Amino acid sequence: MRVSITVNGELRSDDVEPRLLLVHYLRDVAGLTGTNIGCDTSSCGACTVHVDGESVKSCTMLAVQADGCEVTTIEGLAFDGALHPMQESFRQHHGLQCGFCTPGMVMAATSLLAEIPDPTEQQVREGLEGNLCRCTGYHNIVKAVLAEARS
Amino acid sequence: MSATAPAPPGILGQRRLRREDPALLTGEARFVADLDVPGALHLAFVRSTLAHARISSVDVSAALAMPGVVAAFTGADLERDWAAPLPCAWPVTADMKAPRHLPLAVDKVCYMGDAVAVVVAESEYLARDAAEQVFVEYDPLPAVVGIDDALSDRVVIHEELGTNTSYTWELAPDATAVEAAFSSATHRVHGHYVQQRLIPAAIEPRGVVVVPQPFGGEFTVFSSTQIPHILKVMLALTSGIAETSIRVIAPSVGGGFGSKLNVYAEELATLVLAKRLRRPIRWIETRSEGTQATIQGRGQIQDIELAADAEGRVTAVRVKLLADMGAYLQLVTPGVPILGAFLYSGVYDVPAYSISCTSVFTNLTPTDAYRGAGRPEATYAIERAMDALARQVGVDPAEIRRRNYIKAEKFPYASAAGLVYDSGAYEAALDRALELAGYQELRAEQARRRESGDSVQLGIGLSSYMEMCGLAPSRVLASLNYSAGGWEAATVRLLPTGKVQVVTGTSPHGQGHETSWSMIAADRLGVSPDDVEVLHSDTAVAPYGLDTYGSRSLSVGGVAVAIATDRVIEKARKIVAHQLEVADEDLELAGGAFTVKGSPDRSMPLGAVAFEAFTAHDLPDGLEPNLEASCHFDPPNFTFPFGTHVAVVEVDLETGRVILRSYVAVDDCGNQVNPLIVEGQVHGGVAQGVAQALFEKASYDEQGTLLTSTLLDYLVPAASELPSFVTASTVTPSPTNLLGVKGVGEAGTIGSAPAVINAVCDALARQGIHDIEMPATPERVWRALKEVAAR
Repeated sequence: MRVSITVNGELRSDDVEPRLLLVHYLRDVAGLTGTNIGCDTSSCGACTVHVDGESVKSCTMLAVQADGCEVTTIEGLAFDGALHPMQESFRQHHGLQCGFCTPGMVMAATSLLAEIPDPTEQQVREGLEGNLCRCTGYHNIVKAVLAEARS
Repeated sequence: MSATAPAPPGILGQRRLRREDPALLTGEARFVADLDVPGALHLAFVRSTLAHARISSVDVSAALAMPGVVAAFTGADLERDWAAPLPCAWPVTADMKAPRHLPLAVDKVCYMGDAVAVVVAESEYLARDAAEQVFVEYDPLPAVVGIDDALSDRVVIHEELGTNTSYTWELAPDATAVEAAFSSATHRVHGHYVQQRLIPAAIEPRGVVVVPQPFGGEFTVFSSTQIPHILKVMLALTSGIAETSIRVIAPSVGGGFGSKLNVYAEELATLVLAKRLRRPIRWIETRSEGTQATIQGRGQIQDIELAADAEGRVTAVRVKLLADMGAYLQLVTPGVPILGAFLYSGVYDVPAYSISCTSVFTNLTPTDAYRGAGRPEATYAIERAMDALARQVGVDPAEIRRRNYIKAEKFPYASAAGLVYDSGAYEAALDRALELAGYQELRAEQARRRESGDSVQLGIGLSSYMEMCGLAPSRVLASLNYSAGGWEAATVRLLPTGKVQVVTGTSPHGQGHETSWSMIAADRLGVSPDDVEVLHSDTAVAPYGLDTYGSRSLSVGGVAVAIATDRVIEKARKIVAHQLEVADEDLELAGGAFTVKGSPDRSMPLGAVAFEAFTAHDLPDGLEPNLEASCHFDPPNFTFPFGTHVAVVEVDLETGRVILRSYVAVDDCGNQVNPLIVEGQVHGGVAQGVAQALFEKASYDEQGTLLTSTLLDYLVPAASELPSFVTASTVTPSPTNLLGVKGVGEAGTIGSAPAVINAVCDALARQGIHDIEMPATPERVWRALKEVAAR
């Protein structure tokens, strides 16, 4: 099937298998490997991207369902050679270690702040509960998101 | 000519941001699944759905007939392709029994997830489709699931061994003293604890890509591994391919926690198939196969006894362990309980000690090292037992610990188990932790809640831990029958432009070695860490190394970097002395330049020395060109970090729900290179220990079927289940290495599970509940409350 998807501001048109997951489309067709795959039950959130501005686990969606949509991946966040403020906040607060959950976590965090600009710690923790991290114990991730919200 | 910027003084101890981060934050970093290898074929393994069965037949014909399928093999097809079975490097006793472990099962399967066939196809989707068209007929056998069942030999899993018992290992330096202590003891405490099996669940699943050069006869193996160096040697031995024809690269690796400290069936199979098919091959693990086919952690039953005098001073510790090896022995499976076996006396001054460990095979996924590996288990047992002793003696848990700590002036301390602890100041860490937690106020709040009959009770749990890390002195490993050494290698070079290159044998997967090692070299050279590059995790770039596990990287690998740097400095000094015509000892190195003492105008920056060494136009007679030095550091002893953690929980007596309200961790890992990274390690470690205490368990039914095979069923905690942590540190340098460092990768995990369960039991003490098996789920707590209510 033919799909037209705007990925990080660029309109693409590709032939895809109907069963192709959006995450595989992004990684294998569009070559954007920053979006990671950490599970097969939509539990870990490593593959979180924005579809029309909303955070979506890209393993829960078929590429054909994204036809006509605007998708932003982690590669589309940094602008003009500078990290996105959320990326910078993760760096400043050591909110990542191995970095595998990080792209999904950052995408979920930016989406969270778009929805709740000034969240409490509890709201950050609940807002990120769909994204698993095994390295940081979430302490510095939460700190990074709160710091970014307050800046 | 100097291209290096002057360094700020005292780089060590700075909270420097990590240089690894930008690539990881932007998606630029390449994990193994991200590697684009033109023409690569994809593997999918067909795995046993039964825990124990004979294989009657495997039919790959339907799979082979599918478009896009290149090949399909059964275990029998490949049996002659392996040069040797998968390795176990730690035969802990001379008579240890070890089954032959092939990457693909041939006659029978021994655990759910054991591979029986493999399909090779043009895409990942096609490979998985085809794997579903491989038809396997099994003749089911009764499964051995529990350790007691295994011990009975009712069903012997590996018939050729004649028993399910792999080994019994004993340590009793003075058995008479232990007996005497118990017979004269005023107090005796017996604890029986179960260390449930855990699924490591690094967020990046495993994966391997092998790129052959069919005519050159060489193979590049990209693997999501903690151990590229060990893997290279083991792949050579098990594939029959010469070590000189194998290059192993660990690209960005998304966490390991011990689960990637192994030599796996899929790594060997991918290499052998790439050789056989002369094509690049790629295999990426799915999460639900990883829960079955990647090693699990823990899996022990512990019996610990304490003998104590009237004041509660412990006079002997006696331990019996039963350990579940799973179906086969992986790389260090049998050694995991032994790593903890010296530490069941914890941080206490205990004169008599004995332990035995019997390890058995079961029809479950093999166990192996998982964050802490033996040491969390040991700490759990002694710290739970110390709380039981406090209760029996009638003193506060903090007081029983104070009475028993090894006093600071007794270090280096020779333990009854035969170790020499390098340094420690245990009471100082306890004092700090109690102060940060507001211990007295918490006890007052607890008393108020108990008196008012609040349906939510408060529990406060302590854990004082000490661990043995910095693996390891090679001669000690020899005495433990481990097949390799414990040194680490580093090479330091000054490049012609004055930049510095560090090559390390450690293999980071989240720990930030690039940042920390650059700080170590920069601090000694007096340059900026930004001018130091750190190369690692590629056996062609770093030919020597023993990789990253056991909190060893800094105290062995980081120290090797420091020593190699010092050697470079000494060579540079000779060149400067020659060119400035002064004696070596008249030169001092500061701020990245050698200066003649007393003549500040006569100096030579390191960058200039590097260029002189590179051109070699004017070197002292007999001195070789270039500034490069290596170090292979074999540590003289383990290091022994320690600390005290305080967990505060609220337990709902109506629902059984446990909420971790706050957590204080005071850790002492000696001198800190980068406190930002130290804290991060503690946070993550604590979360993993809390996860064992409250959430996680690899659950099996009585047929040996894994019930928690996805992240929907296996409860890796999310941010919403954890609080922010309070961390602090004391600093007691290790006298055994020139950096005074100890290691911190596992400390959080080691200290936290007992602190949390001690807190849960503290909350329930008034109800007469003194033990809850991990994980302390709402159901378990609720059932325990119902049971006592029914009495």
